[in-house]
Amino acid sequence: MNYSRGPAKSNPLPGFGLTLGFTVLYLSVIVLIPIAALALKALHLSWQELWRLATNPRALAAYELSLGAALVAALLNAGFGSLLAWVLVRYRFPGRRLLDGLIDFPFALPTAVAGLTLADLFSAHGWLGWFLVPMGFQGAYTRLGVVLALTFVGLPFSVRTLQPLLENLDKGVEEAAAMLGAGRRRTFVSVIAPTLLPAVLTGFGLAFARGLGEYGSIVFISGNLPRTEIAPTLVVARLENGDYTGAIGVALVLMVFSFVLLFTLNWLQGWSSKFQRP
Amino acid sequence: MILPPSTIGSPKAAPASTQEPGWVKWLLIGVAGLFAAVFLLLPLINVFVQAFSSGLGTYWQALRDKDTVSAIELTLLVAGISVPMNVVFGVAASWAIAKFEFRGKAVLLTFIDLPFSVSPVVAGLMFVLLCGVNGLMGPWLQAHHIKIIFAVPGIVLATIFVTFPFVARELIPIMEDQGREQEEAALTLGAGGWQTFWHVSLPSVKWGMLYGIILCNARAMGEFGAVAVVSGRITGLTDTLPLRVEKLFNSFDPAAPFAVATLLALLALVTLGLKTFLEWKSRGEEGPG
Repeated sequence: MNYSRGPAKSNPLPGFGLTLGFTVLYLSVIVLIPIAALALKALHLSWQELWRLATNPRALAAYELSLGAALVAALLNAGFGSLLAWVLVRYRFPGRRLLDGLIDFPFALPTAVAGLTLADLFSAHGWLGWFLVPMGFQGAYTRLGVVLALTFVGLPFSVRTLQPLLENLDKGVEEAAAMLGAGRRRTFVSVIAPTLLPAVLTGFGLAFARGLGEYGSIVFISGNLPRTEIAPTLVVARLENGDYTGAIGVALVLMVFSFVLLFTLNWLQGWSSKFQRP
Repeated sequence: MILPPSTIGSPKAAPASTQEPGWVKWLLIGVAGLFAAVFLLLPLINVFVQAFSSGLGTYWQALRDKDTVSAIELTLLVAGISVPMNVVFGVAASWAIAKFEFRGKAVLLTFIDLPFSVSPVVAGLMFVLLCGVNGLMGPWLQAHHIKIIFAVPGIVLATIFVTFPFVARELIPIMEDQGREQEEAALTLGAGGWQTFWHVSLPSVKWGMLYGIILCNARAMGEFGAVAVVSGRITGLTDTLPLRVEKLFNSFDPAAPFAVATLLALLALVTLGLKTFLEWKSRGEEGPG
């Protein structure tokens, strides 16, 4: 196959062969070959062995917490993230710009620092823990802590997916609904909310996917206890014990989760683009 | 027409019903603000307060510790290699994808996004399985005395993997928007290929490229999971700043991990500042043109 000749007839720009060649080479070295290494190593194992490693009780408990915590965190983000996006787009209030800038903070802050500071805030001597812990809200070194850390790392996804859509929302539709006699609540429920739903779901999916793979912040806030072990932590624990095959089993399950999510998200984005005006 | 005069006559009626009542608005702002304060502002402030809790002297001591200094150097080195690599890749990929039509473009785009949907820990594991002692290339690498895993090259590879899509993803849509007319005009006027690229294509994507670079850099310097798996965490040799934070955290010295963490928090603040500046800058340039 000669890529460089085909398109050149209609396109006078140079460098197609060079740039595509480099792109494919770099992609192969950095991404495809390492993924192939995981696949090849997995093929050396028998299916029964792989199944046993991927589904032993410890691994199952880790998936359960990974999925459960990522789900709760993504739900929290869908709720509070949508609220934040709404408030930022629709209202003017002092500190709005600061708040808008802070939304991306979890993207910019290394997750290790996030885990470190959240674990401290919610521990018994921390700024939030000193009154929350006596109330029974144990936010550090617990499963709840895992949820808190995942909420932090996933927050920008929900806000930033919804924000542009809200900004471009046609106010005329709301005015029409109001003119036709709909109250504000009814306008929101039957006119605004359905338009936003696909974007909210996309943000939810992105935050969920991020939560499933997260490791850095969890190391700090989970306290390294058996009942707070998530799937990525289990991969590392098995690797450190020299149990490569065990790590591969869990890693494969994590890959399957993330690919299923990736396809669902692609489909969702296709669906939501139908709702967006050009 | 029998309509109650109050609803047609009043100029207030229409706008009032496309807005929430005042108390709802302020309640929503309050709840959103409280959530942001707990999850965004407090964690940030807490890093600095805890770092200085044992005094300025302890803070400086923690930063001047020789293992911390070597972690700073390693982090700068790793970012210094992996960010430029991904910039070159981003430029090449966006040129091929945005300026040309070819079969398999959609597949290529999916592959470029792939590192975002792989757990960093799994990414690290992949490199261990490829280059580690028991890895596929392990025997060959050992025979040639090349050490990748538990050494700097492994950390660089893992970092490049997790930051792979950042620059390309920023550049592809911008280059697609620009189309080919300007480059075609430059070529018709006699400019060479490189000339056209340097003077026509690159300047028009520079803000988007910088945007991608700062996000890529923040992630490269802050990556934990992928690097933790491949580094072997040898103190003073293969500890990056985030790994150093964890090591100090486990040493139960209350202020030291926060002292090192302030460096990473500053990195985050600078990143946010530059990001806001670039967003403002690119919006300003789009406006009149």
